[in-house]
This record gives sequence, structure tokens and C-alpha cells, in this order.
Amino acid sequence: MTGLQGWLDQPGVTIVLIGALVGVAASLLGAFLVLRRESMLSDAISHSVLIGIVLAYLLTGALDSPLHVVGAALAGLLTVWLTDVLVRSRRVKSDAAIGLVFPALFAVAVLLINVYARDVHLDTDAVLLGEIGFAWLDVVRVGPLEVARSLLTMLVITLVNLAFVVFLYKELKLATFDAMLATALGFRPGLVGYALLALVSVTAVGAFDAVGAILFVAFVIVPPTAAYLVTDRLWRMLVLGCLVAVGSSVGGYALALAFDVSIGGAMASTTGVFLLVALIVGKHGIVARALRRRTPGPPPSILRERETGGAP
Amino acid sequence: MELLALFGDFTVRTVAIGAALVGAVAGVLGSFALLRQQSLLGDTLSHAALPGICLGFLIAGSRRLEPILAGALVSGALAALLVLLLTRTTRIKTDAALGVSLSLFFAFGTVLLTYLQRHAGAAQAGLDAFLFGQAAALVPRDLVVLAVVGGGSLLVVVLGWKELKVTTFDADFARSLGRPVVLIEFVLTVLIALAVVIGLQLVGVILMVALVIAPAAAARQWARRLEGMVVLAAVFGAASGVVGALVSASFRGLSTGPVIVLVASAFVVVSLLLAPERGVVWQLVHALAQRRSLRAHRVLVDLYRLAQDHADLDYASEQGMLDAYFGGPTGHVLRRLERRGLVSRAQHMPEEGTHWVLTGDGRQQARELLTPFGERDAAVGGGTP
Repeated sequence: MTGLQGWLDQPGVTIVLIGALVGVAASLLGAFLVLRRESMLSDAISHSVLIGIVLAYLLTGALDSPLHVVGAALAGLLTVWLTDVLVRSRRVKSDAAIGLVFPALFAVAVLLINVYARDVHLDTDAVLLGEIGFAWLDVVRVGPLEVARSLLTMLVITLVNLAFVVFLYKELKLATFDAMLATALGFRPGLVGYALLALVSVTAVGAFDAVGAILFVAFVIVPPTAAYLVTDRLWRMLVLGCLVAVGSSVGGYALALAFDVSIGGAMASTTGVFLLVALIVGKHGIVARALRRRTPGPPPSILRERETGGAP
Repeated sequence: MELLALFGDFTVRTVAIGAALVGAVAGVLGSFALLRQQSLLGDTLSHAALPGICLGFLIAGSRRLEPILAGALVSGALAALLVLLLTRTTRIKTDAALGVSLSLFFAFGTVLLTYLQRHAGAAQAGLDAFLFGQAAALVPRDLVVLAVVGGGSLLVVVLGWKELKVTTFDADFARSLGRPVVLIEFVLTVLIALAVVIGLQLVGVILMVALVIAPAAAARQWARRLEGMVVLAAVFGAASGVVGALVSASFRGLSTGPVIVLVASAFVVVSLLLAPERGVVWQLVHALAQRRSLRAHRVLVDLYRLAQDHADLDYASEQGMLDAYFGGPTGHVLRRLERRGLVSRAQHMPEEGTHWVLTGDGRQQARELLTPFGERDAAVGGGTP
């Protein structure tokens, strides 16, 4: 136990672990968002959870009450629901609806901070950029161990997300790839979608402390996208996304130390390196595509049959 | 009135003029983005401006607006190019490409920002203003820059109006006309990037997307033609800018950007509710009016057919019977028809209760209502189905 404690007492280890957990929690959910073509909802949610956090703060006066998670989840769902209402009114298209809802909610949150929470440590820079560098200073006791509070929070959130994906794998897969069939078979794809987005909101709150709102978006979208270029199987995409997230956390921390820059920013930027690698080596990447073009294989059998089969 | 008095203040006037300029340009170019369903490109462009802002500052070594705007424009254009590259050459879909581009550019921007904060001394203090916008940082010299850039983009829109319009609504048709569609789309993207970039100082990178989308979305509800929509979006955008700048100046500590965004959002809500033809309230009122006139028409026709069936043009129908025919109370409908002189009350001696007779005008209108269904139907009569 003392060995583990000694390990956890190193700030670097804690920071990398938190970054990796944010990355894993985010990219597990992100894989489904990317496949459902709802990636930009994570951007919207990551902005508008701020209003949930601010309202929870104004209600309780505390900066880290469990109400934060509830408030954030509700704010995230409010964003999704308002966007849905706008789209279904058929007066604006879905992209514009997203772009109308989240800036309005975010603006309200910023103004609430302007007016009511001026002196509190809830400044908007911290929300956007995160302060993972100081996360190891705030510790809680768990049994014999002293663990950083963010590390514990992110561990719980990651386990919840993992359980969600593992236990609802079949439902998620069906709702993502064939919502019609899911409905016909008696599943509730809409419900699964809302649950997914609620978890995205909760994860966004957990990630706020660590990497900030917008860098969270990088962890949601980029690792699954990189994995999407490499594989055709959903479970492989999930695993690869998590690996990319962990790798980005480690690599980003090293880069941040080397250049003395924002740790969260460096971690998020590093996901881009993995995307670049996927573009080059992935079987759906740019290079593979260019190679396929240069060496055309035999035409697909259906074409050949049609050519030789004559008129039907 | 207090708000208007603020116009006397030199700083406030500068900010208000700047905000009006920014809002008008964003409204015009946002209209094209909205119609092309590229609203969220504005989001990516504005977030992606952050590294450019930092690089512009780094290269120029000062907080002068021109190099910062140039840097923002370049990095925005690169981000748009990345989106294009990812969607055209791989199977990555638009939403993921936008998100990838947005978050990676922004992440790199925060890296640069912290690098500047820690290595380039305290002179960068003003760069934070670009996250949420800071009206106070605007000086009259900046207005000239905004006016030149904004005016220039509007001029391009006016000169290339026909090309922009046809490409926006039907790119395939434009291509068949031999128009250089790729070039036009490129120019349009650069123009949208310019509109975003000139607003960054006032509204900030996070919220600038709202100023691109909201005025255009509001204008779309009122206008049926692109010309009207663009002009109206410019007006909405300028109004949001001025009102937002004045409100944030009159309350201590309110950031300018969020206030401007909320005013623009209010324009959207009002337009969604009230705009003629598309507005929710307008449609409700319209539906109610239609339901009312449909009820009146049905009662008139019922009366007419009852008279026909009794072979008596002045046949007085009892209200209870009309209710049964109609399938609901008809009293208020009949009283409204009476006010319009289409029916009149009559007493039918042996029975109690009100009876109703068609007047000459009413008979005429009932006949007109039945004409489209053919003379045969009108002649045979019969009840309502």
C-alpha cells in the first residue's frame, strides 16, 4: 500500500491518470456520437453544462456539491431537448438549432457569473481551459490512501460509462446503426440516445476541472474518429479510442513539461497526432485510399455479372 | 432614455458603432451559411481563430488589431480546409470533421496562449479578451479596420450576388451554367471567416457563432426572398450589436459578448413566435381563424340543405336540430352569422326555442360554397357527412 501511495503522491502520475481517465470516459461515449453523426452535440453540451454548474452553485453556495452533477446533466439534456424542439418545429435546420441553443445558454451562464459570482473561484477561463496542473493538491482519503479528488471523480465517471457501454452494448449498437429496427424490435432508441447524452453531460462536468470544456470535446471526438479510420468493428473502435486517449494523456503531459505550456491543451493537441497517424496508416486513411486508386483491383463481382449477363 | 444618453459617451459610442458593424456583416454572411446548412462552420471558424490570434500577436509583438485579425483569418481558413480535407478524402462525416477541426485548433490555441503567458511577458494580458470579447479594448482606430474589412466583404457580396445566390440554392445548377462553383464556395467560406474574425474582439471566440446564426435565423422567418433575408439579417445583427453594447455598458461588469448574443437570441425567439406565415403565434391565430370560418360555412350549408329538403326557402330550422346536424353547439356561430347579416332569427309558433332562417345574402353565399361540389350535390341536398 505504501508503494501505491508513494506512486500516487507524485503529481505527474496523478495528472496523467486524470487525463487518461477523462480521455477514456469521453472517447467511450464519443465513439457512439461520431457514429450517430451527433459529434457537435458534445460541443454544445460542453458549453451549456456551465449553466447547470452556475445554477447549482447559486442554489447551494458550494462549488463541489453533488448537485453539480445533477445540474449539469439537466443542462445537457435541456440543450438536447431545446435543439430537438427547434428542429421539430421545422423552422430551423438541425445545425442552426444547435448553434442557436448552446450560445444562448452559455451566455446566460457567463452573465450569471458576471453578476452573482464575481468573487468566487468560478472564472470562465478555468472552465474553458481547466487546471489539471493543480488537481493533485486537492486530496481526499479513501481507506488507507490519499487520492486526488478529481482522480476519484473521474474514476467513478469512467466506471459508470464503461458499465453503460458494456451492459447496453447491444442496445447502443442497434440504436446507433439501425434505429428503425431497434424500434421495431421493441427497444427504445430515443431513450438510449438521451441516456448517452446525459452521460456526456456528466462526463463534461468531471472533465471541467481537468481539461476544460472545449478540450473535453477533443477527447470526445478525436480518438474515436482516429479509430474509425483504422477499423470497421465497433468494439475495436472503442478499444482503439481508449488507447489513443491514454496515449494522448501520457504524450501530452510530456510535451507540456518540455515546453511549459497548458497540460490540458497539450493532451488535447496530442490526440491530433494520433489522428494524423491514423490518416497515414489507417485502412480508411488518406494514404490507403490513394494506394487503392493507383492499383485498381478487379471490379466488384456484381458489376462483372451485369456486364456479361446482358439485358435482364 | 438613459440608454440613449450613453451615446454621448465617447467610448460607448465607439463600441456601439463597432458592434453595429460586426452584427451587420455577420448577419449578411450568416444568411448564406444558414441556407447552405453550414451554420456550425461558424463555430469551428471562431474557435479555430484562437491559435491565429496568438500567432498574430507573437509575430507583431503587440496587440494591434491588423496582425491579430490576419492570424485569425489564416488559422480559420486552415481549419475550414482541414474540414474539407477530412470530409472529401476519408469517410469522416461533416459533424465529426467540424468537431475535430474545432477542438484541435482550439487545443493548440490554448497551448500557444499559455506559452505566451509564461514566456512572452505580461504584454499579452489583453489576449484573454478574445475568449469572451472585451468592448473596452476597442479603440476608434480599430473601427477603421472593422469598417474596411466589413465593408470590403459586403462589397464582394454585392458584386458577386448572382453567383453567390445560385451557388447557395442550387450548386448543381450553378455548375451546369459553367460557374466556378468551387471558387465561389471558397470565397464564401473566406467571407464567413472574415465576418467571424472581425467580431472576435467584441464577442469572443466562444460566442461569435451565435452572431453568425441568430440574426440570419431570425430574418429567415420573416423573409421569402434572399434579398429581404440578407437585409433583414443585417438589421437584426446591427440592432443586436448596438443594444447589447449599450446594455453591457450601463451595468457594471456585464461582458459585452454574452449580452449581444442574448439580444440576438431574443430576436430569434420573437421571430419564431410572431413572424407572418412561419411564426408559431401567427400560425395559431391563422388556424383559429380558419377553424372559425369553416364552422360558419358548415352551418350555412346545413341551413341551406335543410331548407332545400323542406322545399321551402324560408324554412326556419330549430337550433337544437342544427346542433345535432352539426355535431356540437352552434349558438355562437349563428350569432356571428347574424351579425354579418347572413341569417336571422324566426319564431315558429307551436315550438319553443330559437329558430333560424337564411337571409338572401346567406342563401347566396351557401350556393357559392356548394358550387365547387357540383349542382347535382346542391340540388339533391342531404345532411352533412
